Amino acid sequence: MVNMSDATRRARLRALVEKVAGKPAPADDDESLFESGLLDSFALPDLVGAIEEDFGVKIPDADLNPRKFDSVARMDEYIGARLA
Amino acid sequence: MSAYLHGFGAHVPPRVVTNAELAARLDRTPEWIEGASGIRERRWADAETSVADLAVAAAEDCLARAGVNASALGMVMVASGSGSRGFPGPAAEVAARLGLSTAPAIDVPMASAGSLFGLALAMRLADSVQASGGDILVIGAEKMSALIEASPLDANTAILFGDGAGAALVSARPHSTAGAWRLVDAAIHTDGQFREELRWSPGGALAMNGLSVILQASRKIPAAISEVLARQGVAAGEVAAFLLHQANLNLLARVAKTLGVGPEKVFTNVERYGNTSSASMLIAAAEWAAARPAPGPGPIVFAAFGAGFHWGAVLAAPD
Repeated sequence: MVNMSDATRRARLRALVEKVAGKPAPADDDESLFESGLLDSFALPDLVGAIEEDFGVKIPDADLNPRKFDSVARMDEYIGARLA
Repeated sequence: MSAYLHGFGAHVPPRVVTNAELAARLDRTPEWIEGASGIRERRWADAETSVADLAVAAAEDCLARAGVNASALGMVMVASGSGSRGFPGPAAEVAARLGLSTAPAIDVPMASAGSLFGLALAMRLADSVQASGGDILVIGAEKMSALIEASPLDANTAILFGDGAGAALVSARPHSTAGAWRLVDAAIHTDGQFREELRWSPGGALAMNGLSVILQASRKIPAAISEVLARQGVAAGEVAAFLLHQANLNLLARVAKTLGVGPEKVFTNVERYGNTSSASMLIAAAEWAAARPAPGPGPIVFAAFGAGFHWGAVLAAPD
């Protein structure tokens, strides 16, 4: 089990989004990363791969719903539940 | 069980639809279309041309290249997701126009993965069909422009799709000493929880969740390929060519990267034809094979992913 604070987890997710996008993440963690144009459909597999590597988790195909990765907040909710 | 591939055929309609033509209708630029998809142009059939017309043309091309008369067929499979009516699907008309009146003609209404599933099923059925009749002709045929034009153009889908047909001839034994591709292994899968992510019904509009499609396809295509390669003890680097569903140039490049092979190993013609759904894999195979008079060296891999989601891979090796 990974032990980390909610703030640390969210900061790591923001850093991963910025690494994949090559741009700053939105200030609002609830803002859609796709509707804002920060990420496109081909960046999403990269982001999922980066999350898996960084957090040491395997995200099953059945969980690969784009809505789970639409914003930093939604990713945080999903990864938090996976790590709990 | 034994099954051999004897040849491929293809047909695309003559009308070229360029990115410039679509861009003008979509308030986009040709460069945006090519950047998003890798597609420069596609073929759209005229109003009078049907899915069956395209299928018959590809079938005749395949039979001519293989030197086989249609009377030698014991089964016809027609994969198509863009048939204009519910039933009967185009398979019955295609078989009739090939002069067949008793051979079973089976529709595979699965869209993009349809011809891959047809190839996998033909591999499993070849022995019994040979015993009762003859060879199996697998066809993928699509008139995607009819779906695109049925409602106001959607930039997310209109730029992607094209029309065409491809075909492959499968039999239980080699036809001659000239060589054939032996169908070695197949993996086909379906996960229906994603069935709403890419869908179309006659009279409706094509609906696609592009994020979901790319996310799943980018994992499932390499996974299916790796599944058959691992089962047969073949390294990805040993494969002579990957003949894949031509969905999107960016996706094909991603598959190559995931498999750890150079992009030159993945044959592409999506730049010229767009995504022709179930037809694309066999059109690609026909073009690839046309430049190679004999099978080999090295195995080849077919793979596809599409609505359902259905996906899979087939491994063939020079006999």
